Amino acid sequence: MLQFISPTDIVIHILLYRLWPVWLSMAILMGASYRYRKRLGLYGQLYDSSVGIAGIAILSFWFFTAVFSHLVSPFHPLEQIAVMRNALPGAIEPKSGYPFLLGGDKLARDVFSRVVDGSRIVLLIAPLATLVALTVGITLGLPAGYFGRKTDSFLSFLANLVLAFPVILLFYLLVSPEIVETGLPRATAGVFFAFPIILACMAFGTRYIGRPVLLAVQLLVVLAITYWLYSTFVFFDDPFGLIQVTASTLNIFVAVVFASSPGVFRIVRGLVMDIKTRDYVAAAQTRGENPWYIMVWEVLPNARGPLIVDACLRIGYTTILLGTLGFFGLGMPPESPDWGTTIKDGSQLLRAFIHPALPPAIALMSFVLGLNLLADALREESLKD
Amino acid sequence: MLSFIARRLGVMVLTMICLTFVVFYLVNLEPNLKKLALTQTNSRATQEQVESWLTRYGYRDAFLERYAEWIGLWPKQPARDEAGKPIPRFSYCGETVEPRLSGVLEGDFGCSTKFRTKVSNKLFPALEATGILMFWVMVVMIPGALLIGVFAGMREGSKTDRTLSILAIGSTATPEYVSGVIFTVIFATWLGWFNGSAASATFKGITFVNFTLPVMTLAIYGMGYIARMTRASMVEVMTAQYIRTARLKGLSFKAVVVKHALRNALIAPFTVIMLQFPWLLTGVVVVEIMFRYQGFGYTLVEAAGNNDIDLLLGCSLVSVFIVLITQLISDIGYALLNPRIRVQ
Repeated sequence: MLQFISPTDIVIHILLYRLWPVWLSMAILMGASYRYRKRLGLYGQLYDSSVGIAGIAILSFWFFTAVFSHLVSPFHPLEQIAVMRNALPGAIEPKSGYPFLLGGDKLARDVFSRVVDGSRIVLLIAPLATLVALTVGITLGLPAGYFGRKTDSFLSFLANLVLAFPVILLFYLLVSPEIVETGLPRATAGVFFAFPIILACMAFGTRYIGRPVLLAVQLLVVLAITYWLYSTFVFFDDPFGLIQVTASTLNIFVAVVFASSPGVFRIVRGLVMDIKTRDYVAAAQTRGENPWYIMVWEVLPNARGPLIVDACLRIGYTTILLGTLGFFGLGMPPESPDWGTTIKDGSQLLRAFIHPALPPAIALMSFVLGLNLLADALREESLKD
Repeated sequence: MLSFIARRLGVMVLTMICLTFVVFYLVNLEPNLKKLALTQTNSRATQEQVESWLTRYGYRDAFLERYAEWIGLWPKQPARDEAGKPIPRFSYCGETVEPRLSGVLEGDFGCSTKFRTKVSNKLFPALEATGILMFWVMVVMIPGALLIGVFAGMREGSKTDRTLSILAIGSTATPEYVSGVIFTVIFATWLGWFNGSAASATFKGITFVNFTLPVMTLAIYGMGYIARMTRASMVEVMTAQYIRTARLKGLSFKAVVVKHALRNALIAPFTVIMLQFPWLLTGVVVVEIMFRYQGFGYTLVEAAGNNDIDLLLGCSLVSVFIVLITQLISDIGYALLNPRIRVQ
């Protein structure tokens, strides 16, 4: 027979004994930010509205949970302890004497540890994929909006092609072990990672063309980053041995970037078409500046407000996409602790046990909610100016 | 206007050709074909047996030729048995031994290897089932979203506005697979009001008990977004000159909202609702799998999981068609509703 601890003890255990590093770091970060909010620019202004504070609180909670996941989670997310199968919350594991705070799932793993550990996967892939999608969208959206005509028609047609695909069909076609076998994800990743590099080269090349030494240094740095990016993600051979990327993770990453970059493209294109009619663009054109210089250094910085808001919303959307992939069992390994997979596993026996499905569902919802709140607060702030 | 529609239809056809071509390419990748061959022969077939099956059933013919066969511009060839004699490719679909033009253009969507029947026999009943689901989702979602949006946007910054806006943000943060779990826990496991599964809806008909949860789950996610768009549009209209004039004329607040503001505020949500269809399509797949309802989403997942080439192509064609046609309707509707927009 299993011993149980009381519900009050569960709450105390979770909030105090497990999550204390998270609370401590949140207190330090938010306290310091609040104290110096006047000097922190846009980020500091967020502390003036309750929506902004709520958003930052939720996001920093998940960020620090992911960072300190080894301290927070009491068990290994893949460890199976046979007696704990479907154990209710608070059941004490006989060997270590430590409770399964949110119960055990159908394979006798600790639900709490899995949710905490799952946050690492989500918080790593979602922002990175969004960042790459953002650079792809920006690099293609700038010329489409600026030059218009044929460039625009062609690129817009391509973007609409991808947007006309229902996301789920795209995932079923692009994320499968069979696709990994063909090497298609690696090739696509190679193409996607070229965009940040093109953007960086364009930015430095147009601005510092008159100062060859500085330019050479910058391009060398870009080259080094390129080397690291490609060797780690495309050829799976990190020169520092820090990050292990598997072929299926890359497949997920590529699919998510592919699904969300046309959206960024459309937004950037719209913004550029609006901004290029402004006087400062006309002034730069009269000065005889290179069109790429105008795009990167005159137009793009002035489009940053809506782009930051969109990036926030998009990270949330990417998280939802990752969850969808997990829910359909695409890409992620079946024992992966990411939230989508855990929700899928839990929802299959919802009639009998609710505790394995509910915590990851609430985790995913709260994280996306935090991002949406932050985006809303940012939008309010940018409307104030 | 007519030339605009004609041009849009032209782009639509071009898009559909491009997309089906991409899908055709992806489902015909070597590992996918091998998987299909293994499920169709038996899972212990040797390399040679797989290869001979693929050759005999025409999967090794030239790629473009096979695409043309599927579209219906090239006659479909029969399969060959071991001796090289022509046999019907899929006897359960009533295919014959003589080559004939029979593709999408002729109304033949091909043959489902998973369900062992014609694609049209499987796809259209599934679409009908999903149509019923979508209808009820729309019935719940659109009035709900518009009401929330109008009430929130009527007085910007009021308490009602704040509360409703937070609710709307919350609903956009809850994807179907999360809200489905939460609703099932609350309404099926704890309260016991509704069924946690809609499997009985497929065979025994739709009832309030088995259909409420899928409809609710789908409606909530879309509702938040439409409500926020309606709110934004309402807020913009409420600051317009003619609303101020109407107020200064001495009209009551209610009359101004109902008679003057509402009509103009509802133009933008119309486009948004139309553009929601592609999102709903993904939601439909999630909900149908979660609640075990046998509609379009269920068919799509089965087709994709088994690499059922013709069925998957049929599904893609239908979903792409839905996405594009709703885009077209939204554009035309926008032009018709808003006299300030004139299509060149």
